[in-house]
Amino acid sequence: MDPELILRGVFFRYEQQWCLRGIDFELRKGEILGLIGPNGSGKSTLLKIIDGVLKIPKGEILLRNKPLSTYKRGDIARQIAMVPQESTFRFPFSVFEVVIMGRFPHLGLFPFEGEEDVKIARQSMRLTHTLDLAKRSINELSGGEKQRVLIARALTQRAHIILLDEPTSFLDIRHKVEIFDLISSLTLTQGLSVIIVSHDISLAAQYCHRMLLLDKGGVYKIGEPAEVITADTISTVYECPVLVDKNPISKTPRLTVLSRRGEGETLA
Amino acid sequence: MRGSEDQTRRPRPAKRDGQGITLVKVVITGLILLGILIIIILISLSLGPAKVSLRDILAWSIGHGALDQQAWMIIYKIRLPRILLAGLVGFSLSLGGVVFQALLRNPLAEPFILGISSGAAVGAIIGIVFGFGFHLGVPLLSFMGALFTVLLVIGISSRQGGLESATLLLTGVIVNAFFTAVIMFFIATTSDSRLHSMLFWLYGDLSQSKYIQLSISLPLILIVSGIIYFFSRHLNLIVGGEDTALQMGVEVELVKWVSFLGISLITGVVISFSGIIGFVGLIVPHIMRMLLGPDHRLLIPASAIGGACFLIAADTLARTIISPSELPVGVVTAFLGAPFFIYLLKQRGSQWTQS
Repeated sequence: MDPELILRGVFFRYEQQWCLRGIDFELRKGEILGLIGPNGSGKSTLLKIIDGVLKIPKGEILLRNKPLSTYKRGDIARQIAMVPQESTFRFPFSVFEVVIMGRFPHLGLFPFEGEEDVKIARQSMRLTHTLDLAKRSINELSGGEKQRVLIARALTQRAHIILLDEPTSFLDIRHKVEIFDLISSLTLTQGLSVIIVSHDISLAAQYCHRMLLLDKGGVYKIGEPAEVITADTISTVYECPVLVDKNPISKTPRLTVLSRRGEGETLA
Repeated sequence: MRGSEDQTRRPRPAKRDGQGITLVKVVITGLILLGILIIIILISLSLGPAKVSLRDILAWSIGHGALDQQAWMIIYKIRLPRILLAGLVGFSLSLGGVVFQALLRNPLAEPFILGISSGAAVGAIIGIVFGFGFHLGVPLLSFMGALFTVLLVIGISSRQGGLESATLLLTGVIVNAFFTAVIMFFIATTSDSRLHSMLFWLYGDLSQSKYIQLSISLPLILIVSGIIYFFSRHLNLIVGGEDTALQMGVEVELVKWVSFLGISLITGVVISFSGIIGFVGLIVPHIMRMLLGPDHRLLIPASAIGGACFLIAADTLARTIISPSELPVGVVTAFLGAPFFIYLLKQRGSQWTQS
């Protein structure tokens, strides 16, 4: 089967310094690809490029085998949706109003949503368990609820690729797992392909089919979690000593960060 | 949980069902507000030092019965143009408030924030100092001042073609401060009757209204409102963050440029006729947002018509409350507006700013 997305030799720079240098990878249909790497390694930039918000000076991106540059912005928005790390609405939009904004790329010149749009929005809310929140103001929700609403909006966009930029970074462990569970089940039931940026490497390893380790704007390693997450790769790229063993239940790699205090030394 | 606490403390407005906006909702709300506007206009026509009964005006306005010569003069030549201009000024300032609050993602933004008012004031005051007339010279200079200032502010704060909201706000504040100093300089060095004209202009004065001013501003306001309304869904997305808006296919920079320039143009034109009238652009959008919710497809028309109602009522008060003398209308809007706004902030301040 053809990949959903192919990147070949993608370069990008904001000012002088290249922040992405020669990125190659593909996103397969129905997979969850975990994007990891230290701060400033280019993860968010990479998502914006895939999204078509930033234009690349060099390289090629194919979305369903057609160059991304040949798509109009609206066409991209009907195929790729983004869930931001955090979203602040200055004014008290209701949850339903936020979710149905996902229909924006599908509406023509007539600026009002119809019954079909409402149906799609409600269905997305059912899938993300946010239907009960419909009338609440988005600003009153907890972090986990808010992320589920933003995922519902992405589903309402009816995109087949969803990009998530650190969706769990402000959440506690229960809500982190909840979001990963949700993404995992949506991938299975809705046939979505997902790229998710996460700093929680061990958790992401339990859910991702493959992982991509980004280092200084280049692909350091890509493959199954067990191939990518080794003590060697992680400690080299993150410049931090780590221990990698196996999660006793899922058998996926488990990361323990080692203190730099030195071996044998304990807290007095 | 914090959310539920907030809910019990602040009563939620009854009208919000959170179920999205339909064309029917917009049309019905619009018609109700237009009805209120017409009632306010009719009442305002009947009020003033010379008594004209509401019944006579009603009969005249639907084409039954005529007014006597003197009443017709007062209604048609004096009160009506003033009321209509007040309506257009309120409409534009309130529309500007909604749009600037969305674009700058700042609930305290208003149309004067980019320096339109201070630029216009410098222009007007120079006109007054040099003895230009209030029919053409002063409005023209003040409009040029407003436009020049907005272009200056946008020019300073645009980098690599992008308009960054925080920079724009700061530049506006600084340019405003500078021009305020220029205005104070002229006020301090003027002592004759021109001083009175200056102060009246600075606090907003609709007593010079003419039909010609309506025919200049009306087409412009209609065109700009149409364009802005087309962008109402885009504004909804921009409120949720520019990155998300871009991702959804909103041309954020285009929306910003067109809106800033369009609003600056119409507010520049109307305040060149009316002088500076504060608080309209701040208060009306907030009331409408509380009643009808933040969706701009409903909020924009409701605020614009609501602004017209509010300013006509305020100006009627300004010209009748100490009759036969008159207050500048800006004094009335500030008297009503400032305490009301403080009340709003005390009641629901965090509703606008909490993340």
